[in-house]
Amino acid sequence: MISVKNLTKRYGPVLAVSDISFEVQAGQIVGFLGPNGAGKSTTIRILTCYQPATSGQATIAGYDVFTQSVQVRRQIGYLPESAPLYPEMRVREYLHFRGKLHGLDRAARDAAIARVTDRCWLGEFINRPIGQLSKGMRQRVGLADAMLHNPKVLILDEPTIGLDPTQIQEQRKLITELGKSHTILFSSHTLSEVERLCTHVIVIASGRILASGTPEKLRQSVSAGSRLIAEMKGPAEEIRRGVSAIAGVKKVDVEGRDGWQRLSIEAGDGEDVREPIFALSAARGWTMREMRREVASLEDFFVKITAEQRAQSGKR
Amino acid sequence: MRNAVAIMQRELIAYFFSPIAYVVLVLFLGLCGYLFTEFVFKPGGEASLRGLLDGWTMPIMLLFFLSLLGMRLLSEEFRSGTMETLLTAPVTEVEIILGKFLGVGAFYLAMLAGTLAYAVLVAVFGDLDVMLLACHYLALILLGGLYLSVGLFFSAWTRNQLVAGLLAIVFLLVFSVLSQLVANQFEGWVRAVFQHLSIVTHYSEMIRGRLALDHVLYFVTTTAFFLFAATKVLESRRWR
Repeated sequence: MISVKNLTKRYGPVLAVSDISFEVQAGQIVGFLGPNGAGKSTTIRILTCYQPATSGQATIAGYDVFTQSVQVRRQIGYLPESAPLYPEMRVREYLHFRGKLHGLDRAARDAAIARVTDRCWLGEFINRPIGQLSKGMRQRVGLADAMLHNPKVLILDEPTIGLDPTQIQEQRKLITELGKSHTILFSSHTLSEVERLCTHVIVIASGRILASGTPEKLRQSVSAGSRLIAEMKGPAEEIRRGVSAIAGVKKVDVEGRDGWQRLSIEAGDGEDVREPIFALSAARGWTMREMRREVASLEDFFVKITAEQRAQSGKR
Repeated sequence: MRNAVAIMQRELIAYFFSPIAYVVLVLFLGLCGYLFTEFVFKPGGEASLRGLLDGWTMPIMLLFFLSLLGMRLLSEEFRSGTMETLLTAPVTEVEIILGKFLGVGAFYLAMLAGTLAYAVLVAVFGDLDVMLLACHYLALILLGGLYLSVGLFFSAWTRNQLVAGLLAIVFLLVFSVLSQLVANQFEGWVRAVFQHLSIVTHYSEMIRGRLALDHVLYFVTTTAFFLFAATKVLESRRWR
């Protein structure tokens, strides 16, 4: 549905987006993840035909964003980062205005407004002036506007920024709901959000794609070298020697605390050493009271790659 | 063109919520009222609005007022970010510019409609020349259209209303006042060129009742040129 090939954007000497390529299939909810200033908004603005790319190609639903701009804009619903609206208009007036721009006639507009009012919970403030609305309500109006013409693709730039926790939850519920009928690309710098909502994640930093895949796949790629924590009672030195001897264990740290030994074990890639450790403790009679794997979250992954990125740019 | 109409309607509504528009409206009608009682509405005076419209006062007054009205047209959309929603909807730049121009133009017509009261007063107390009156209003409409197209053009350049407004005022002053002053310093063809460039020359001729094609063409082509240029400035965002 969305296809991006070797997209590059320069603002003068500053490289905002550097040679990125990705695909979004129909029906996917794709999270565009990255720290502030990573190039998310720039990429989104190129896809929505607001800004041109310096080089590269992008198509939405088969239309090229540079040469078939109007057709692309018919296919997409776009919520810009700060949900800009006209403060002097009432919500209903605004939606009528936007409906007209999308070529909907009076009856179609009424039907469309009724539909988005229902889905975005605009009921209570549909007749209020936009200038009086809170940030969360404005985001919802912006989203309603994006959905008005029932586009195939929804592109949402930071749809939950500036909302309070309840509103964030509602907004996420809505996005999940919309994902059933639309292809969605949305950007975020909150990991938990992306982890929960997306079928696919693209991690971007300093204008480059660092990783992409399903949230599970990304998590696995971090947890590959994950750690095992175990606590057992027994002589520290013997435990260390015993555990180190197990095949697959790379490193063991032992730390004594009120008679218990706390082990932090690093295993090789893909090795599961939990069973031999249990067998060992059972055979030697070392009472075990805890053994768990430290599952790396996407959060770790994010911190790790952005730290790497920073270290690299520091060297440059 | 439906899009242009939608944008025009929205723009017109926006003016009725804008404090600047009300200030301009009140000041304009107030000043017109003063000029009318001072220069037109007198026993034995000429039965037309010429006293109100002739000379420098009206073109300079409109120059400032219409620059104030036009400066926000696109700048405000850039500043508030709504331009992003507008340009990512299936709307062409031509439609945006036309819609904006027609929107502010409609507000200007509403302003002018207020001055028709003076024409009625003159008609009641004297023998009003209706053809001359029509010529006067045509001159005012053409002059306003030109001013607004220039305002719109500068508004396309910047997100700062004030900068857009000042640029428009300076530009228009150069083309109405300065070119006249320069023309007065010369003789022969140089004088003719500068006089022809001056907005006020063409306006004054029409106020005197000379409805020649070259004056109308001057306004229509210059207005069209600035609207075209504004469209190109806006379009340039897509390939810059």
